[in-house]
Amino acid sequence: MKRRQFMQVLGGALPISAMLASPQVRAQSKTQARVVVVGGGYGGATAAKYLRLWSEGRIAVTLVEPNPQFVSCPLSNLVLGGFRQMADITLGYDNLVQRHGVELFRDTALAVDKERRLLKLAGGQSLAYDRLILSPGVDFLWDQLPGMNTPEAQQKIMHAWKAGPQTLTLRRQLEAMPDGGTFVISIPLAPFRCPPGPYERACQAAAYFAQHKKKSKVLILDANDDVLSKGPLFKKAWAERYQGMVEYVPRFTTADVDAAGNTVISDFGDKIPGAVLNVIPPQRAGAIAVQAGVANMNKHWCEVDFLTFESSQAKNIHVLGDAIQVAPVMPKSGHMANQHAKVCAAAVIDLLNGDTPNQAPMLNNTCYSYVSEKEVVHVASVHAYSAEQKTFLSVPGAGGLSAAANEQETRYAESWARNIWADTLA
Amino acid sequence: MARLTACLFLVFALPWPALAASTDKLAQRLAATCATCHGSAGVALGNSLPALAGQPRERIIASMQAFKSGTRPATVMQQLSKGYTDEQIALIAAYFAGLKTEDAGGAK
Repeated sequence: MKRRQFMQVLGGALPISAMLASPQVRAQSKTQARVVVVGGGYGGATAAKYLRLWSEGRIAVTLVEPNPQFVSCPLSNLVLGGFRQMADITLGYDNLVQRHGVELFRDTALAVDKERRLLKLAGGQSLAYDRLILSPGVDFLWDQLPGMNTPEAQQKIMHAWKAGPQTLTLRRQLEAMPDGGTFVISIPLAPFRCPPGPYERACQAAAYFAQHKKKSKVLILDANDDVLSKGPLFKKAWAERYQGMVEYVPRFTTADVDAAGNTVISDFGDKIPGAVLNVIPPQRAGAIAVQAGVANMNKHWCEVDFLTFESSQAKNIHVLGDAIQVAPVMPKSGHMANQHAKVCAAAVIDLLNGDTPNQAPMLNNTCYSYVSEKEVVHVASVHAYSAEQKTFLSVPGAGGLSAAANEQETRYAESWARNIWADTLA
Repeated sequence: MARLTACLFLVFALPWPALAASTDKLAQRLAATCATCHGSAGVALGNSLPALAGQPRERIIASMQAFKSGTRPATVMQQLSKGYTDEQIALIAAYFAGLKTEDAGGAK
């Protein structure tokens, strides 16, 4: 039971929730199983909440997240278009702490000691766990873009692929861009976070230009063979709504960036300058997953047992969300991370309780993209676990796209955002 | 390690009161796939989606079957409903029918 006592010996800085959580939560900690969750995004926050809800408070849950607030990637492209403010997509972690009794550490996970089941934090503390859930999102493979691999370049050229300060900076760059300029979006080879995101972003920039900078253009340089998601719907918007404003170039692999010269360089040496560049870098699982030795697929993504989301590489370590090696046609999306988290939370409770996890879990995904300020398109899918293939498979006949961009679904997109934020954080 | 595991199992061998029956647990977990849009306790925020909590089981089943067959027009539900078996829909419907709208307060 030494590991239990460890929590109380921590001394030093008390976790934020120690001041807020009910006294019972602390008092029970000697006999409670403890789950530590890394990452307070759609996956980790949902896992923390549902572990508390479904165990009826019997499992102690610690969430480690360096950011003071949750900033939603979904809807962040609307900030770039000028149709939302950062405050509209920023939420607090208070409910997880106060309503659900989650212990929150505002810190960064540095390393996992698998033998001793300890998570080391940048702040110097270590957290003991019975099970560890990593929901670290993505990190960027800057070494694949040598010119971006300096602090100066990264301060100048935005990815805005983690919603937050970069989102606002990119918006300001678009505002400062002279009319007649070209906004260049560089898209890496799949897989990456949010497959429709770059194309929605092109629509949002075009929507802004159409209202305020009519001579400006959006140039999409896509390493992939074609638009990865909602292709016909995005192409229709570019051809009709933003006629002459959006150019789409498939099979353009960005090999380097001349940050000082604001120029994207292809693998053939083609140099494409832009007034504003948005380079979305190639991605892999967040650093803690790599450090923990669970990013085993091509050293980029984490293979999991889809019944429990436990890593194939490490007992008692589970991985959620964008960081995993996905099942066929499973998108790396916030909605999907929220769904992963519930399967994982249920399985972790079952495993700690000595029960067999559900052998037939289900997942679904609904993803809305704003092709303008007011019109939305969606893609939906349902994924059932296949015992035979030991993975999730898309259910044939289910899912699909919007027939056309429409305003009715804008109401649903807003409802979706409000409700997934509540399901994840409230 | 083995001793610790045994220890944990002892702690958790105590029966958890609610949802001991495995079908109830399965229903709760299936219904959680709906909660992303429809609220953690079956009551969506805003007025775009009707509350599922407290609806009669038969009415939820009838809605889902109407989405599946296409007799009830929808933007998304005609696509999502087709991903669930009739047995899964019956479980989900029973789960939401058993929730009260007031329950949503603590678990939104």
